[in-house]
Amino acid sequence: MYTFKTQNITKVYGTGEVQVHALRGVNVEIDEGEIIVLLGPSGSGKSTLLNILGGLDHPTAGEVFFKDRELTACDDRALTQFRREEVGFVFQFYNLIPSLTAQENVALVTEIAREPMAPEEALAIVGLEQRLDHFPAQLSGGEQQRVAIARAIAKRPGILLCDEPTGALDNETGIVVLEAIERVQSELGTTTALITHNAVISGMADRVIFMANGQIAKIETTANKQKARDLHW
Amino acid sequence: MVKLASLDRKLLRDLWHIRAQALAIALVIACGVATIVMAYGTLRSLEQTKDAYYERYRFAEIFAVLKRAPLSLVDRIALIEGVASVDTRIVEQVVIDVPGMDRPATGQLLSLSEDPETGLNHFAIQLGQRPSPVENDEVVVSENFAEAHELNPGDQFSAIINGRKRLLTIAGIALSPEFVYAIGPGQMVPDDKAFGIIWMNRSALEAAFDLKGAFNEVSVTLMRHAQEPHVIARLDFLLEPYGGVGAYGRVDHFSDTFLRNEFVQLRVIGRAIAPIFLIVAAFLLHIVISRLVETEREQIGLLKAFGYTDRDVGWHYFKFVTAIATIGILIGLVGGVWMGRGLTNIYADFFRFPFLHYEMDLGVVGIAVFVTLLSASAGMASSVRKAVKLAPAVAMAPPAPARYKRTLLEQTTWFRKASTGAHLILRHLEHRPLRALLTSLGVAMSGSLLVTTFYFFDATDELLDVYYFLSQRQDISIGYNQSKDERIYYEASRLPGVLRAEPFRAVPVKLKLGHRVERVSLLGVPEGAQLSRLLDKEGEVITLPQDGVVLTDMLAENLQARPGQDLIVEAMDERRPKVVLPIVGIVEQYVGLSAYMNLAALDRVMGGGKAQSGAHLLVDKSQEAAFFATIKETPAISGATVKASAIQSFRDTIAESMYIMIGFYIGFASIITFGVVYNAARIALSERGRELGSLRVLGFTRAEVTYMLLGELFILVIIALPVGSVLGYAMAAYMAYAFESDLIRIPLVIYPSTLATAACVTLLSAILSAIAVARRVYGLDLISVLKTRE
Ligand SMILES: Nc1ncnc2c1ncn2[C@@H]1O[C@H](COP(=O)(O)OP(=O)(O)OP(=O)(O)O)[C@@H](O)[C@H]1O
Ligand SMILES: [Mg+2]
Repeated sequence: MYTFKTQNITKVYGTGEVQVHALRGVNVEIDEGEIIVLLGPSGSGKSTLLNILGGLDHPTAGEVFFKDRELTACDDRALTQFRREEVGFVFQFYNLIPSLTAQENVALVTEIAREPMAPEEALAIVGLEQRLDHFPAQLSGGEQQRVAIARAIAKRPGILLCDEPTGALDNETGIVVLEAIERVQSELGTTTALITHNAVISGMADRVIFMANGQIAKIETTANKQKARDLHW
Repeated sequence: MVKLASLDRKLLRDLWHIRAQALAIALVIACGVATIVMAYGTLRSLEQTKDAYYERYRFAEIFAVLKRAPLSLVDRIALIEGVASVDTRIVEQVVIDVPGMDRPATGQLLSLSEDPETGLNHFAIQLGQRPSPVENDEVVVSENFAEAHELNPGDQFSAIINGRKRLLTIAGIALSPEFVYAIGPGQMVPDDKAFGIIWMNRSALEAAFDLKGAFNEVSVTLMRHAQEPHVIARLDFLLEPYGGVGAYGRVDHFSDTFLRNEFVQLRVIGRAIAPIFLIVAAFLLHIVISRLVETEREQIGLLKAFGYTDRDVGWHYFKFVTAIATIGILIGLVGGVWMGRGLTNIYADFFRFPFLHYEMDLGVVGIAVFVTLLSASAGMASSVRKAVKLAPAVAMAPPAPARYKRTLLEQTTWFRKASTGAHLILRHLEHRPLRALLTSLGVAMSGSLLVTTFYFFDATDELLDVYYFLSQRQDISIGYNQSKDERIYYEASRLPGVLRAEPFRAVPVKLKLGHRVERVSLLGVPEGAQLSRLLDKEGEVITLPQDGVVLTDMLAENLQARPGQDLIVEAMDERRPKVVLPIVGIVEQYVGLSAYMNLAALDRVMGGGKAQSGAHLLVDKSQEAAFFATIKETPAISGATVKASAIQSFRDTIAESMYIMIGFYIGFASIITFGVVYNAARIALSERGRELGSLRVLGFTRAEVTYMLLGELFILVIIALPVGSVLGYAMAAYMAYAFESDLIRIPLVIYPSTLATAACVTLLSAILSAIAVARRVYGLDLISVLKTRE
C-alpha cells in the first residue's frame, strides 16, 4: 500500500508573461514506512513537491492521493486537519518559536495531537533531555534543529517531511540529526521524505528520487542501505 | 518632476507600506487637534460674539432693584465716581395668559429705554418694530417666548397688570443681551413657554403701577478704570432710602453668569480631553517608530557604512514621524474648523445671539500644531536616538535572536498547567512590557474618555432624581404677587384640584461671615413639609430645627461656614432687618445657592408678621384644567411652575448644549481604541508573521493562530477596562469640580451601567480592529515563511 501517490502534478508560479514551471508532470508513489531521499539541483522543484505532499500547497494540475484520500480535493480546513494529524515537518531554518522553551516548542504540537508522546520523551530521542528549559536563543543551530525534529516526531506522525534538515549544520551535528530521523522511522514506521544537496545522505534511503527541471529524472533503489552513523562526508 | 533623494523615496515607500497604521495614528492625532481647534475656536468665537453683542446693545454693568425712587435721583447716581451712564426702568412681574396654553405663564414687564444713544439694555428687534409711543397696549416680546408660542407681530395675548386683565398686541419680537438665559420664578432652567420678557412703553407702565416720574430699577455702565465695588457701595447708599435691595455687578447677573459658566465648560473640555489624544498619539508613534528602527537595523547600519551621517539617519526618522503628524494635523484642522463652525452655530442658536462671528483663530491653530508636534517628538525621541546611536558594525551583524526569559509568573503552578498557547501569550506580554503598558494605557484612556462622556448622562439623571423626585416633590409651584399674609395659604389649598399645599417664603438676603458675603434667597419652609424637602449627604430627609439657618453645601463652601457658627443675615427688603443667626445644618443640594429656615422662625426674625411668597402644591391630574383656569384669573398669583415641564426643558437644555459634544467624543474614543489595538496587532503580526506561519504549517488552524496573536491584545484590553473606569472616574471628578458654579453643581455619580456601556464600546472597537488584523492572519503565506531566515 502506498502512502502517497501523485498523478501528473504540475505547478506553475505566476500568471501572464513570466511563468515558472516548478513541476512539469510528476508521477510517483511512496510506500508506507520507507525512507525517500530527494536529490537534485537548486530550482528543480524538490521543495515544491514536498510542500504539495505535506498539504501546504496546491498543485496547478494533477492529483495527489494520501492513502485513499485525494488531497487535491481537500479544502484548506481539511488540509490543516491533515497536517495536524498526519504530518511532521522539519525545516531548513528550524522555525522554532523564540518565545517558547525547547519543551514548550514540542508541547505546542503535542497539545493538539491525538496520541502524542510526552515532550520530554521526544526530546530524549534527539538527545536533548538535559535542555528542556532552554529557549531557542540559548541553543546551538544543531540543537535547535534537533528540537525541531522532536517537535515533528512527538505526535507520532505517519509522515515525516524534512527539507534540508542538515543544510545549516556541520557533519557531526548533521549525523546526530539524521540518526534521530532514522530512529523515529524505525521505531514508529514513519514514512519519511528528506530533501538534501548532500548525495552521501542518500545512503540511508530505501529509494532516491533524482529531480531535474521540474520532473523526476530517475528513481534508484538503494542496494545496501547504510545506517546514518556510518555515513561520511 | 522633482527627483526625490533615495532616502526620501524609502521614506515614502515605508510610509505607504504601513499606511493603515499611519492613518490610524494620524486619526488619533487629528482627534486631538480637532478637539483643540473646536473647543477653543468655538470659545473664542462665542466670546467675541458675546462681547460685541453686549457692546452694541449697551448691556449695563451694574444693576439695582428698589421699591420706588423719583427720577431726580438719576442725577445724583450719575455723579458717582466711575459711572459712565445711567438708565432707569420700571420692572414688574405679571401673569400672562396666552391663547392655546392651559397653564398661566409669567411675564417680566420692562419699560422701554427711550433714548437709543444714552439708554442702556437695548434689545435687538428680530421681527416687527418698536411699539408706537402712543400705543399703550403694544409690546415687544422676547423671541424665545414668541417662538415657544408661535406668536407673531400683530398677535395678541392678555396679562393681569396690577390686578386688571389687559389685552396686549405684539408690535415686535426681540432679543436682548440681558436675557440670553432667562429663567422664571421657581425654574431651574429656562422654560420658554412659561416665562417671557415683555417690553412696553414707559408711560403705560407708569400709569399701570402708579410710578409716574419714578423708577424701580436702575442700570449703570462704568468708566474704564472705575472701581466696581466702590460704585456698588455708593449706589446702595443712595438707594437705601428708596427700598433698594442691593446693587450687583455682572458677576451676579444671572444671564451673564450662565454664559460665563458655559464658556468655562468649553474650556474645561478642551483642556481635559485634548491631551488624551495627544498622549495616546505619542504612545502610538513610540510603538511604531521603535518597531521600525528595530526592523531597519541592518538598513541603518548599511546607510552608515555607505557614509550617511548619524544626523542624516536621525533626520530620516524624524521626517517619518513628522509626516504622520502632519497628516493628522491637517485632517484635525479641517475637521476642527468644520466641527467648530457647526458647534458655534449650535451654541449661537442656543444662546440666540442675534449675529455671529466665526473666526478661524490662528493663535489656536498655532497652539494645536505646536502641542501636537511636541507630543509627536516625545513619542519618537527614544527611537530616533537609538537609530542615531547605532554603530554600523553592530547593526550589520546578524541580529541576536530575541531573548525571552522566564519570569515570576512562571513559578506558579497555574502557569505550568496552562496550555502552551497561553505560555506564548504571556511570554510576549512580558517580553515587551513597555509596549504592553502603553497599549493597555492607550485603550484605558479611550475608555476613560467614554466614561467621562457618559458620566454627563448619569449626572443629569442623578440631579433630576435628587432634586425633583426626592427633594422637590410637588407637581406645581405657584408664586404670589407680593408677600401676602397667611390667608393665601388657605386659598391655595382651596384652589380646584389641590390635594396638598405647602407655603414658602423667600426673602432676599445678604449673608455675612467674616469678610465673606453672599446674596441668596433665605427660604422659609413650614414645619413637617412633605413636598419640598431638605436632604443630607446620605439622602436622608432633614427636619428643620426651630431656630437657626441651614445652608446648602455650596453656599457653606463659599462662605467657609461650619455648623455652630453665627451668621449675619441682612434682609434686602424695605425694612432691612439685620439679625445674627446660628448655622444649624448643611444640606446637600446640586442646584443654586440657598439658605433655609423654619417658616415660623423666619416670620419672627423678619418682623412685620407672617408672609408668604408662594406655595408648593400637589394637584389632582383630572382637575388640572380647572386649576389653571382659576389661577389665570387670580391676581394674587404671579405665576406657576409645572414640574413635569421644568424637567422636560431641563433635559432639552442639556441635550442641546452637551449631547452634541458627547456624540463627537464617543466617535473620538472609538478611534483611539481602534488605533491603539490596530497598531499593536499589526506590529505583533509583523514581528511574528514567520512564527505564526510556522504554526500554521505545523497544523494549527487559523483560529488557533489568530488566538495566539490576539490573545495578548485581548488581555491588554481586558486590563485596560478597569483602569479606564478609574481614570474616567478621576476625569469625571475633575469635570464636576471644574464645572461647578453658583448656579449648579454636577453630582459625581457614575452608574455601573455607564461603566458597562463604556466597556462595551471599547471592546467593540477593539474587536473591529482585531477583525481587520485577523483577516491578514488568514491570508498568511505559509510557504514563504519556510524559505527565509529570520
Ligand atoms: N513563490 C514562487 N513564485 C515564483 N516562483 C517560485 C516560487 N516558489 C518557487 N518558485 C520557483 O519554482 C522553482 C522550483 O522551486 P523549489 O523551491 O521547489 O526548488 P528546490 O528544488 O527546492 O531548490 P533549492 O534546492 O534551491 O531549494 C524554482 O525555479 C523557483 O524559482
Ligand atoms: Mg528547496
